[in-house]
Amino acid sequence: MADYYEQKDLADFAHIGEYAPELGKKYFDYYGEAMKDGALSAREKALIALAVATTQHCPYCIDAYTNHCLSLGVSQEEMMEAVHVGSAMVAGIVLAHSTQMRKIIKNKEM
Amino acid sequence: MDELRIHPSFEQKVAVPFTAEGVEIFQINLGYRCNLECRHCHVEAGPKRPELMSRPVMEMCLQVLQRHPIPTIDITGGTPEMHPDFPWFLEECAALGRRMLVRTNGVILLESEYAAFLDLYARHRVEVVVSFPHVDLKMTNRQRGEGVYSRLIEAVRMLNERGYGQPDSGLVLNLVHNPSGAYLPGLQNNLENHYRQALKEKHGLVFNQLFCITNMPIGRYLTYLQRTDNYEDYMMALVNAFNPATLESVMCKSTLSVGWDGKLYDCDFNQMLGMTVNHGAPEHIMMFDLAKLGTRRVVTGNHCYAGSSCRGEIA
Repeated sequence: MADYYEQKDLADFAHIGEYAPELGKKYFDYYGEAMKDGALSAREKALIALAVATTQHCPYCIDAYTNHCLSLGVSQEEMMEAVHVGSAMVAGIVLAHSTQMRKIIKNKEM
Repeated sequence: MDELRIHPSFEQKVAVPFTAEGVEIFQINLGYRCNLECRHCHVEAGPKRPELMSRPVMEMCLQVLQRHPIPTIDITGGTPEMHPDFPWFLEECAALGRRMLVRTNGVILLESEYAAFLDLYARHRVEVVVSFPHVDLKMTNRQRGEGVYSRLIEAVRMLNERGYGQPDSGLVLNLVHNPSGAYLPGLQNNLENHYRQALKEKHGLVFNQLFCITNMPIGRYLTYLQRTDNYEDYMMALVNAFNPATLESVMCKSTLSVGWDGKLYDCDFNQMLGMTVNHGAPEHIMMFDLAKLGTRRVVTGNHCYAGSSCRGEIA
């Protein structure tokens, strides 16, 4: 295997139900329901998905949702702002965990 | 197009050849002259293109329409306004009392020489179809040329002022979206909602419907795909997006396309590829035969993957 991640493997996502078709179907039904127009538009959901894709470092999802956002007419600025929201959340999550560090420091201080 | 790399071919995928079900839309391509040179243009239209429909071919089109009650006349180009005989032809078509639509680049209507078409269209209640690739200024300008977005906004405003796109006016203004890059368009209703909201909020503009067109991998767009190494990915995306349910409504089943030189095609895209109607149907307007053309077997190729993925919602 030349690479762990290959672009063409994105097309294999449709086959993740292999070896467990019932669970696969349940997953795709759920996925389809979660992503369709609802109280949030499909456009808003695509931007949320893009932010999650980048924070989770998933190259398949980044490929899929960048294309999906383009298809839905989402502008470059909107996409980049969504990535910054994800980025700011991740930074905040890291910094929030410094609470543990600071509590321990304070507990250990004489 | 490199047929070898596309698997399965469109013919293999559809299995059963499809045939026309009458001629409901008579599409006339007046030629390739246009004041823009858009990067996605499948006919590679531009200001220097010499191809223009001759007066005798225009007269043959009118004779066919007089003889047969084809309900819709669909005029395209280039941008039709740049054909010197278009004002006459428009009047003649209007006199036939059919539904008539004109596909324009929109911005031509701002040129003083062509501004009279705004009132002419309204007077004859022509449905105006304006190419409007994106509600984002940068995206539109990249595709169609610097400054085009703001001119397009102005053109739509002038159409709105004449009643086009306004509720209950009966004057229909439809916009056409097509992707500004190597990707497929999203669902029509999602994009239409986005356009409606953006144009209303940003510019106070209205329109009737948005049509989403998948860029055909031919002409200038094919060159772009190949130059940017996107061709294979794009074709794969088209093949994966293939939806057999759309075959019921693809436009070639009800449309006949007349080229600027009078040759007959199943669609404007086959025209660009030089693939005239075939399988026993006459290939020139001078041999027009409704019985044969209305039941002809459609000439297809791998570019038809783009026709089916746009869900037949072209018109």
